[in-house]
Amino acid sequence: MNKKRYFALALALVLAVGLAGCTTGGTDNGGEGEYTIGLVVSTLNNPFFVDLRDGAQAKADELGASLIVLDSQDDAATELSNVEDLVNQGVDLIMINPTDSDAVGSAVAAANGAGIPVVTLDRSANSGEVVAHIASDNVAGGEMAGEFIVEQLGGAGKVVELEGIPGASAARERGEGFNAAIAGTDIEVVAKQTANFDRAEGLSVMENILQSQSEIDAVFAHNDEMALGALEAIRASGRDILIVGFDATDDAVAAVEAGELAATVQQLPKDIGSIGVDTAMKVLGGEAVDEYIPVALELVTQ
Amino acid sequence: MGKFSLKGRNWKQFLSDNKPVVVLLILVVTMSFLSDRFLTWSNIITVLRQTSINAVIATGMTFAILIGGIDLSVGSVLAISGAIAASLVASGMNIVLVILITLLIGLIIGLLNGLLISKGRLQPFIATLGTMTLLRGLTLVYTQGRPISIFGSDTSAVFSKIGTGYFLGIPIPVYIMLVVFFISWYTLNHLKIGRYTYALGSNEEATMYSGIKTDSIKLFVYAVAGVLAALAGIIVTARLGSAQPTAGSGYELDAIAAVVIGGTSMAGGIGTIFGTAIGAMIIGILNNALNMLQVSSYYQDVAKGVVILIAVLLDRKQRKSR
Repeated sequence: MNKKRYFALALALVLAVGLAGCTTGGTDNGGEGEYTIGLVVSTLNNPFFVDLRDGAQAKADELGASLIVLDSQDDAATELSNVEDLVNQGVDLIMINPTDSDAVGSAVAAANGAGIPVVTLDRSANSGEVVAHIASDNVAGGEMAGEFIVEQLGGAGKVVELEGIPGASAARERGEGFNAAIAGTDIEVVAKQTANFDRAEGLSVMENILQSQSEIDAVFAHNDEMALGALEAIRASGRDILIVGFDATDDAVAAVEAGELAATVQQLPKDIGSIGVDTAMKVLGGEAVDEYIPVALELVTQ
Repeated sequence: MGKFSLKGRNWKQFLSDNKPVVVLLILVVTMSFLSDRFLTWSNIITVLRQTSINAVIATGMTFAILIGGIDLSVGSVLAISGAIAASLVASGMNIVLVILITLLIGLIIGLLNGLLISKGRLQPFIATLGTMTLLRGLTLVYTQGRPISIFGSDTSAVFSKIGTGYFLGIPIPVYIMLVVFFISWYTLNHLKIGRYTYALGSNEEATMYSGIKTDSIKLFVYAVAGVLAALAGIIVTARLGSAQPTAGSGYELDAIAAVVIGGTSMAGGIGTIFGTAIGAMIIGILNNALNMLQVSSYYQDVAKGVVILIAVLLDRKQRKSR
């Protein structure tokens, strides 16, 4: 009588695990001479990283590599477990999109210890041996925004720069690119303040700047949240000012389409994933690759 | 399943009394057929080390559930104790002192939970939901939302050994897990406070009228849950070399799942540490197995949910028929 129940349980378990296993349609080790690449993504609950995965998968299919994708669910401990599982499976290379640049060190060390090369995507690792890091070129993105403003203002005017969190690499690099682009033109930065990548702060900081500056032609914000905050302040003041943001979030793209924001700079996560697999295959083929591989961005305008 | 009966009545009786063991065996046997990498020494070690964190938390959770309570704050306790441990290690403090202070913080939080529930007469679910949110917030305040690295002092390397080191080929966290299992098992089965814990879970009023101070048992139980969550915080932080402000979110659910799969009744009074150990192993192996089988991450939770439900349904059915 108990046997029946054991059997039912066994069947259900095998079905649960087996069926789920079939959904990927993947085979364990692939054919001979075919490389297996592991991809550990910080989270698949964010469209940005889902795009990154899709780009990687498409490239892997194209190049005939088999790709194992694991989700860290934004938890560094899960990320470490995922990398350990990939090491035990004996994959040829591991691409990590870290949940955090510090905490990923243990995961990179685990792969290094097993002699498996590591490539990082989007976020870098602060320790361990990484053969290549692939991420958006924030400096180039800042330059695009700068050049766009120069062009729209005809090479002369007064601009405000809303900066991201002081010290954050994205804020530093975007600002660097922007200032390089306007250098040598007659565009003058009349105010430069941080709003910590935050929409509410973008609003209040912009309100204050509007009070103190009677003449403003354009605003460059290091991200869309601050740009959208600034938009509210400018709208309330009734002044006509060109605004450029960064990230191409859904809200910002809608605002660009509505003609409220002039432009926003878009990262291309699919390209990050795709270039990642491309680089991984080069590493496995014994080719030399650059330590840092920047990925181009795109300007979204109406 | 005929094989088990060949081994005689004892085995049959044991397996019939310990359904989770059957689930575990099925999982292991199935997996060893599906992946030739599964039953390798390095993978077994990996699974045990990965499981140790949840196992330690789940052991504390077992105490809380045994008295018919629950502790939702364990994940947040893990986060704040990890953050404090990391900053103490980075400051160069003696490692033994760091561990003691961190466990003390877990103890204090546990006692606070216990006080809210016993003296404050709050529902355990509500009280620990409150401390869970409160402590998560305090962790963000303490860390300013940024991870704290343990590196930068002479003692960092020693501390990280707690999570990454080996002794006789077996990872240190596995030893910690085994010691926690043993002490908890001993406490529940051979000490007075253990008997009182079961008694309180079976019938609170009868326990109270028999002259046992139920409030003290509640304090004890939540203190255990707090200390063990802080211990898990030490292991996670040592393993990662840094404390994440968001560490441990959702861990309370994995711990509860391990306890329940292990056959402990949510109503209290029934359950064992052995069951919880097996429950934690099942969850750990499931996570590892689904990764090994390259199951899409979206389906992993589906498979986990199904296994949790099957294990619990089977256990309930059996209990009813008794």
